[in-house]
Amino acid sequence: MSEAKEEKIVFQRPKALCDVVTHYCPGCLHGVVHRVIAEVIDDLGIQEITVGIAPVGCSVLAYNYIATDFAEAAHGRALAMATGMKRVHPELVVFTYQGDGDLAAIGTNELIHAATRGENITTIFINNAIYGMTGGQMAPTTLPGQVTTSTPTGRDTKLAGFPIRVCELVSTLEGSAYIVRRSAYNPSEIRKLKAAIKTAFQVQMAGLGYSLVEVVSNCPTNWGMTPLESLKWLQENMLAYYPLGDYKVKDSVKELMAKK
Amino acid sequence: MPRIVIDVERCKGCGLCTQVCPKGDLVQMSDEFNSKGYRPSKFVDPEKKCIGCAFCANMCPDVAITVYR
Repeated sequence: MSEAKEEKIVFQRPKALCDVVTHYCPGCLHGVVHRVIAEVIDDLGIQEITVGIAPVGCSVLAYNYIATDFAEAAHGRALAMATGMKRVHPELVVFTYQGDGDLAAIGTNELIHAATRGENITTIFINNAIYGMTGGQMAPTTLPGQVTTSTPTGRDTKLAGFPIRVCELVSTLEGSAYIVRRSAYNPSEIRKLKAAIKTAFQVQMAGLGYSLVEVVSNCPTNWGMTPLESLKWLQENMLAYYPLGDYKVKDSVKELMAKK
Repeated sequence: MPRIVIDVERCKGCGLCTQVCPKGDLVQMSDEFNSKGYRPSKFVDPEKKCIGCAFCANMCPDVAITVYR
């Protein structure tokens, strides 16, 4: 029998992702998004100049998983901290990693003002429509009628209002340059997510303005589902209220993308 | 020959990798437990059908799958 061709590794853990076990629940897409960010950091070769800001929420320990410099912000203040870092050290690539409880509730003020100032920073926004770490309470992004521990009969919009659509909101602000919504429920969406995160980092490195990539994500534990059921629920319910797509791509960003 | 290697101690048994294989059911849930008490996934490919597309590895939130081609 002839010797087979030499095997090559075509998929493995990226260098910028620490070789540790994460604390995330089984099936949580945080792990996928962490890996995709690490792959982009490897591709762009920016591990030594990247600083992440971890939020408060399930991803509070992101600094243990992504192998770049990291800081931990007070609840909702990641963008304020990122603004300071980027202004003092404009050569750094600064990104914040925030959930919906962090970015769309207590951190909305920082979000809107960082975006309208056109800070050259990038936000990865994980929207899973619930407060995960604290036990599954209603978040600003919880869908109408969705059952959470603080809305046991479903979110009543007369009482609790309507969910916030972050991309649509931020895309109206002049300082924002690249605002897109993606997901990670199948390999094709993950590929699109990776391309979007790469573009967002490149927008920052070119100094074109504020960039945000929203990831419509899941929470099997607090939604009370298996991981596979949660991905199905995500596609059937979340995507109807949070359609995927590009919400703002400034002309300068389009020119940048055409060059790459 | 394309193949995958699953780190069963890293696997949390979520099953996301089992649903995306274009060749059907090359990645399945195991009947055995790992040391954390999860049922990890396993690679079953007696007919050598794996094409090394890495879809399963892409879905894995715990980066427990390495793909060789």
